[in-house]
Parts: sequence; C-alpha cells; structure tokens
Amino acid sequence: MSQMELASGPTADPARPDPARNGRVIVYGLVGLIGLALAFAPFLFQDVRAGQVAARICVFIVLVASYDLLIGYTGIVSFAHTMFFGLGAYGTAIALKQMGAGWDAIIVGGAAGIIAAALLAALIGVLSLRVKAIFFAMVTLAAASVMLVLASQLSGITNGEDGLVYQVPRLFKPAMKLMTDADGKVLKIMGVSMNGKITAYYFVFIASALLFWAMMRIVRSPLGTVLEAIRENEMRAEAIGYKVVAYRTAVFVIAAVIAACAGILWAVWLRYTGPDTTLSFSIMIDILLMVVIGGMGTMVGSVIGVVLMSLAQFYLKDLMQLAASATEGISVLPHLLEPDRWLLWLGLLFILLVYFFPAGIAGTLMKKGNH
Amino acid sequence: MPSGPNISTSLFDRIGGVNALPVLLMIVALPLVGSLSSWATLTFAGLAMGMMIFLMASGLSLVFGLMDVLNFGHSAFITFGAFIAATVLLALGAWVEADSLTLNFLALFAAIGAASLFGLVAGWFFERVIVRPVYRDHLRQILITIGALIIAEQLILAIWGGAPIAVPRPALLNGSIIIGDVAIEIYRIFAFFLGLAVFLALYLVLNRTRIGLLIRAGVENREMVEALGFRIERIFIAVFMVGSALAAMGGAMWAGYQGLISGTLGGELLVLVFIVVIIGGLGSIEGSLLGALMVGLMGNYIAFIFPKLALASNMLLMLVILLWRPWGLKPAVGG
Repeated sequence: MSQMELASGPTADPARPDPARNGRVIVYGLVGLIGLALAFAPFLFQDVRAGQVAARICVFIVLVASYDLLIGYTGIVSFAHTMFFGLGAYGTAIALKQMGAGWDAIIVGGAAGIIAAALLAALIGVLSLRVKAIFFAMVTLAAASVMLVLASQLSGITNGEDGLVYQVPRLFKPAMKLMTDADGKVLKIMGVSMNGKITAYYFVFIASALLFWAMMRIVRSPLGTVLEAIRENEMRAEAIGYKVVAYRTAVFVIAAVIAACAGILWAVWLRYTGPDTTLSFSIMIDILLMVVIGGMGTMVGSVIGVVLMSLAQFYLKDLMQLAASATEGISVLPHLLEPDRWLLWLGLLFILLVYFFPAGIAGTLMKKGNH
Repeated sequence: MPSGPNISTSLFDRIGGVNALPVLLMIVALPLVGSLSSWATLTFAGLAMGMMIFLMASGLSLVFGLMDVLNFGHSAFITFGAFIAATVLLALGAWVEADSLTLNFLALFAAIGAASLFGLVAGWFFERVIVRPVYRDHLRQILITIGALIIAEQLILAIWGGAPIAVPRPALLNGSIIIGDVAIEIYRIFAFFLGLAVFLALYLVLNRTRIGLLIRAGVENREMVEALGFRIERIFIAVFMVGSALAAMGGAMWAGYQGLISGTLGGELLVLVFIVVIIGGLGSIEGSLLGALMVGLMGNYIAFIFPKLALASNMLLMLVILLWRPWGLKPAVGG
C-alpha cells in the first residue's frame, strides 16, 4: 500500500500543477527581490536608519546562513555562533585600534580572528561532538558565556562593556569623495552622495553576497550531501563509512570561519565593536529565531528569516506602541503590549511555528524537510 | 557500577574514586590559599554555594536522564523562584525583621514554600503544554524550551520590572558564627544543610522506594519499563514537577544569598548548572552533587587565589573533566 502511494508522488500526475514547484518559485522570487532591494538599497532607502537596517540584513544573512549549515544541514545545535562572530569583529577592531586605520590592520586582525575561530571550533568540535548532540548545546553555551565574560573583563584590550570605537580606512569614511563634479564637490547620483558610506555599504554587500554564494556551493557539494545524510541517520552514515565526527567537526569549523568573516564586515561597517553588538546572548537568540522562522536546512530561508525579523525589530515596536496606547486602562494589557515586550509575542509566535510549521516559511512553501 | 574495562584498585580508587574529588580539591587549595582561617571561610562559602547550585542542577539532571529532555526553560524556574521568594519576604516584612525565631523561620519557609509550590505548578504546566508534544525530538525540544524561556523572561520583566530588587534576609540568618578566627555566615550553614537534606531525601527516594526503583529503571531503559506495564508518563510528569520545584527552591535560596536580584539571574546560573550537569554526568543525583560541590569550591578558591581567572575556572574544570571522562564523573548509565 505504502509502495503504491510512494509511486504516485507529485510526478505521477502531470496535469495538476505541483504545489512544491509553485512554492519554490515564490521563495526564489522573494529572495531575488530581496537581493535586488539590497543591491540598490542606498538608492532606494535614503534615510540613515534604513541604510543601517540594510547593512545589518546583509551581515546577518551571512551569519544566519552559516548557522543554518550547522542546525539545518547537519543537525548540530550550537550556542557559540556569536562567539565566532565576536572573534572576527574583535580581531578586526583591536587591530584597527592598535595599528591605525589601514587595510593592513583589517587583514591582520581579520585573519587573526578567523584563525582563532577555526582553532577554537576545532577544539570544541573534537572534544564534544562525539557525544550526544544535546551535550554539545550545553558545552557551546558555556564556552560562549566565558567568551562574553572575557570580553568584558579584559578591559585593557577590549575596553570592557563600553567596547571599542575606531577609525576605518579612508575609502570607507563619509568624508571620502568617491566621485566629484566639476566644482570639486561630491557628485550626487539620484540624490545619493557618492561618498565613503556608499563604498562601505557595497563592500559589505559584495562580501556578503560572495560568502552566501560560497555557502550555496558548499551545501550543493558532496560535503553538503554527506552532512544531510548524517543529520537524517547518523548510524547509517557511519555504517556506510563516513567519519561522522570528522565531518561534523569540519562543518563546525567552516561555519565558525564564515561567522568570523561576518564579524569582520560588521566591525568595519559599524566602526564600533562591543559585547552588545557581537557577543551577547540576545544576538544568539536572534540568530536562532531567524533561522527557524526562515526555514532550517534551506539556505534561502535564512534570507527570508533575517529580513522578516529585522523589519519586525525595527518597525513592530512602532505598531505595538499604537496598540499599547489604544488599550490603555485595561489592567495588565498595556503592559504586555508595550514596545519593549515585543519579544514576548515573538516567543509565542516562535513556539507556535515550531509546533505547526517546523520547516519554517521557506521550508513549508517548498515542501522540503517534511518529517 | 564497574567503570569500564580498566577496573584496577589504584590509589585513586581506594581513597574513594571520584567521590573524593571535592576533598582532594580542598586539600590542594589549603597551601595555595595560605592562611587556615581564610581557607575555612572559602571552603564553607564554596560548600554552601555548591549546595544551592545542586538544588537547581539535580532537577535538570534527573529530567534529562529520565526523559531525555534538555529544558532550557529551567532557568526561568530559577528566576521565578527567586522573585517569588523576594516578593513573599517583602510582604512579610514584619515577620522578617521580628526578633522572634519562630516568625523568622515562618517567613523564610513561606518564601521557600511559595517558590517551590510555584515550581510544582509551573512544572506541571510546562510538561503538559510545552514539552509533551516534542518528546524524542531534541532539536525542536531545544527550540521550544528556548521560546518558553523568552516568554518567561519577558513575563518577569512585565511583572517585576527591569530594576534589581533588594531581598530582605530574616534577621536570624543575618549574622555569622565565629569559631576561633573563622567567621561563617549563618545563611551559608542553612543553605548547606537544606541542600544536604534535599540530597538525602532524593537519594533515599531513588534508592529505597518502589517509585525510585521505577525512576532509575526508566533512566536506564525507558522502553523496558513501559513494556512491563508501568505508566512512565506519570513518572515523567512527577519528576518534571519535582525538578522544577527544586529549581525554584534553589532560586529562592540564591535570592537570599545574593541580597539583590535581577531578571538575568536565571540565565547566568543556567551556565553554571549546565557545567555541573556535564561534570557530574547526566541523570545522576550523586554526580550533580559532586559537580556542584566542585564548581562551588573551585569558584571560591580561584576567586581568592587568581581573581582574574575566576570566571574561566569552571570552564577549565569542565574541559579537564571532559578530557578525562567524556561522560562525566558519575553518569547514571555507563557510557
């Protein structure tokens, strides 16, 4: 009976449109639109806040997609992703602070951050990936919390809770004139000044796009297939002859390196690095929410998750402010609708999502990962 | 339980094996600390802190061992316990400040009792609504309990606000006992003995009663217990409720110990609790006690000897123990 059902899958009836294919078109269309919007973001959204949101979305797409390599493709739950993100950011920030605002500082500091992230990931992986997955979640949480504490304690290097403020290479400074008109003033194209802000944004955008493309290649490579096999059935993968621990450690290191790269971009863009912008546990929660909402194990889901969450973070609060003032006087309700309580509702939404649509938005639309 | 293939009567095993580790730690610390009186003070502080962490860790470890559920919401029970105890103590201000031993104790027990009662009820709700639908699915368990943790933290912020709350401590427990030139806070003695009593009670229930036998059998092999016709889900929910109540009790004790509590308390302690559970071995009460005492002692000694290392010390401890015994000191089921 079940054999029969299997045989009459979506391909058996060519007359009916395949919903999964429609969903795929919607998802890729959406991601394409987001990509286009980000590519022209400085021209489309000209106020400062929107520019900030666009750059954050670029960096977080890389960060969340690299987390998806772990949680979605390999089934590893790690809480140390912000740690690697922070290593990249702090490496760059410290080098820029100590060596001055030059490209050499970004290269040296970034490389140091990436190497530190890779070594630490390999150490944690070899030590604890061989035991239960759930064990790993606890070990990484402990490691990440130690890193957070170190960042705020070693105030001689990291400037503690206040974080580091530093200069970036001249090419990225707002004062830099990329193009000038006849009078020697900064040229404006469609009302946008061609200054260092533009180069900084496109540096972030292009680097993010390249990293994302690299990850798409990884999940489509033989390595990606083995990882999915491990996620689906560890015993069988091991029995076929794949060294599960080696593969898991490898993907953990790869994800750590990519997260560190995202950290470098973030440090260069913000010109500030502190515990709250890189290492804090709330960022880890954000990453987790984004990847689950978007759809684990889909890669493109991370794009959708990041955009939705970022828009919600910046604009849902305004909406809740309205709701709170509308319900004023009804005992606790305004308290719960306060803009600061937006995470409460997001948490509720998150639980419902995990119950009913564990594949996330992209996964549900593409009918992928139905367990 | 025989520990692996290399059963040898080495010196280490003859002096008590892993059980002797806290004592060994104390002995090693003595020459490093230098003065006997500060060593005694640190040791008592470490033991008291260890016992409070044990309260929080034992529940998590049991729930994990029996049900294979890693509950990130555990820290929410700790925080709620602390805040409820603080609220009760504030409300009973007259009793707390009274010079009467009875009233002091009544206030304290009301606070701890209220916190534990809340833990029981919240544990029941949590198991039924949050955890039950996702048994056997680790990834979704972690995600869902984190979602619940977010909600719980936001609720705490909504109810008690973001500002730290000062917790009044019963007058009776405020002083210190002075023996020679060693001063020991009474609260620490109380915390130590409360923890010890809970440990003994848990130990006796697990090892001397029929229900304890079923729980231990469930940790070892759940399917077999089910196959023999026992309703394991009833045991699950009972263990979950007791575990949550213990977390809330630990939180309540911690509130009195710290004197000032904020909403991030549970999250900060959760890391320590995880370290304890990992060190001790998942699912074992004795392991949790060992791990908690080690963490408590280590934290206090290192804070005195190398203050800069204090926060990384527990991580270091975990690293060393994982290298030595990847399944923890006393896992309930042999790795």
